[in-house]
Amino acid sequence: MSIRAENLVWKVGAKTIVDDVSLIAKPGEMLGLLGPNGSGKTSLLRLLAGLKRPLSGQVTLDGQNIGRIRRRAIAQRVAFIEQHATTNANLKVVDVVKLGRFPHRSMFSGWTSDDDAAVNDALDRTELTAKRNDTWQSLSGGEKQRAHLARALAQSPKELILDEPTNHLDVHHQISLLRLVSQLEVTSIIALHDLNHAAMFCDRLLVMKSGKIIAAGAPEDVLTRELLGDVFSVEAHVSPSPYHARPHIHFVR
Amino acid sequence: MTTETIRSSSGRQPRHLTVAAGIILGSLVAIALVVGISVGIGDMPIPLSTTYSAITNRLGWTMVQLNPIHETVIWEYRLSRALVAVFCGAGLALCGAIMQAMLRNPLAEPYVLGISAGASTGAVAVVILGIGAGAFSLSAGAFAGAFAAFLFVALLSNGARGGADRTILAGVATSQLFNAATSYIVTTSGNAQQARDVMFWLLGSFGGVRWPEFWLVSIIVGLGLIVCLFYARVLDAFAFGDEAASSLGIDVGRTRIILFALTAIMTATIVSMVGTIGFVGLVVPHAARFVVGPLHARLLPACAVTGGVFMVLADIASRTLIPQQVLPIGVVTALVGVPFFSIILYKLQRAS
Repeated sequence: MSIRAENLVWKVGAKTIVDDVSLIAKPGEMLGLLGPNGSGKTSLLRLLAGLKRPLSGQVTLDGQNIGRIRRRAIAQRVAFIEQHATTNANLKVVDVVKLGRFPHRSMFSGWTSDDDAAVNDALDRTELTAKRNDTWQSLSGGEKQRAHLARALAQSPKELILDEPTNHLDVHHQISLLRLVSQLEVTSIIALHDLNHAAMFCDRLLVMKSGKIIAAGAPEDVLTRELLGDVFSVEAHVSPSPYHARPHIHFVR
Repeated sequence: MTTETIRSSSGRQPRHLTVAAGIILGSLVAIALVVGISVGIGDMPIPLSTTYSAITNRLGWTMVQLNPIHETVIWEYRLSRALVAVFCGAGLALCGAIMQAMLRNPLAEPYVLGISAGASTGAVAVVILGIGAGAFSLSAGAFAGAFAAFLFVALLSNGARGGADRTILAGVATSQLFNAATSYIVTTSGNAQQARDVMFWLLGSFGGVRWPEFWLVSIIVGLGLIVCLFYARVLDAFAFGDEAASSLGIDVGRTRIILFALTAIMTATIVSMVGTIGFVGLVVPHAARFVVGPLHARLLPACAVTGGVFMVLADIASRTLIPQQVLPIGVVTALVGVPFFSIILYKLQRAS
């Protein structure tokens, strides 16, 4: 396993946000995290990225408790993309992507050709090469999101944690981002709202409700009519897609 | 593509160094020039060449015959004053740049943390209430007050765990508290003359500074600049907030404590010497960012140089704007700074 969570509990005040969650992400798989708003997806992702300490339970990276690993060592292998990260500094796109090299550089080391290669590759993969010298404030919402992905890729992660990365993206960029993530040789854990996209691209799905994981498994096992009614309160028909064989969800008007 | 990248980066390196050396040299010349002009201005005008010779004489490079009165005025009064102004301006601008980066707030400057308010209370407590029975100087009181304010902010904002907004709110509350304490002491205990003296000190003056002040402030601000430069990349990584910085491998809590303590030490040292000089910490980083961009490896040295030059110019203005009278330096920095700041705001608005 690469990331493993054991009985995670996280509370804000008296309210339990993440309630006894255990999961395993296998190396190289793309793990989709579904659930309605407020079901605890973001908090769970933060715990998995080691940004918050669980009240009880633990997160392990290759068997080692993440709370005992130095922040820099975590950042050398785990990249995290927040939902609404923005800035008032007018950085260039390339400067934002270069931030991803931060954990790999010591305080004194200069900029190396490896760093350059990682940044150029990340810009290339996210279709931002032409925009590398544009300033942050001039980017559209979708370009900002892709710049964040490029920054995360420049981090050369083994594990990639993404919190609703397709928000604000048009459908072309939603699909290309998900395709890109699914083709990366990294373990990715991704919170998504679009169930059809999740079914198409993720190897496995987890479904959260009120802080608990209530279903886990392959998309065709998880995305059932009963579950959609129970968790999302929608009426829907689920059938295998004639185009990609993964489940496709038709919502009933 | 890889070979091209390597070639271009290796070919770029020496040119980069030459440009950097040129900029550093140019900055030093600019600072030397304004210091020279500042030394020349006063009741007894002294030409730039005399100042230059006086310095080279003292360094043992030349043996030019000079008017001894000129030499005394230069060495005993004006040179130390101008150099202290350079380091105070540099220090305040650095503090502003650090706080704006860490708190992600364009309005942040040392005074947001209430440090100047604390220094004022400390100074007033020594001068008017006579705390310490003469054992403490006004500066020591100001320094203690500044640190008390810093600790109070740290306590209110829950150490490093409170977020940026919480730190700013804690700073505003601390400012209010200490300003109220200062007003209370002045209005209930002071006489008119003391109140006037305190008021003048509060608005800032380089009048009393000599060489001991220069050594202290140059060491503190010099070390401060070095530490900041080590943290330049870390400050860049704060651009997207604490969580993003943390996910890039930064120990946010420790960094925040170190850098805030650094700004507190620099500000307290400066305020205890020359009073509370506003606006430099706010306006200079914005001006510098407008020219060199937001990356801190460039921004921080640019702030230090711009802040230093700006402060010396403000000191010159404070002595020349009204004949026979010295204006408080804080009045000048605000009067010059606000219109200047308006221009930047206007241009930024048009650029976006």
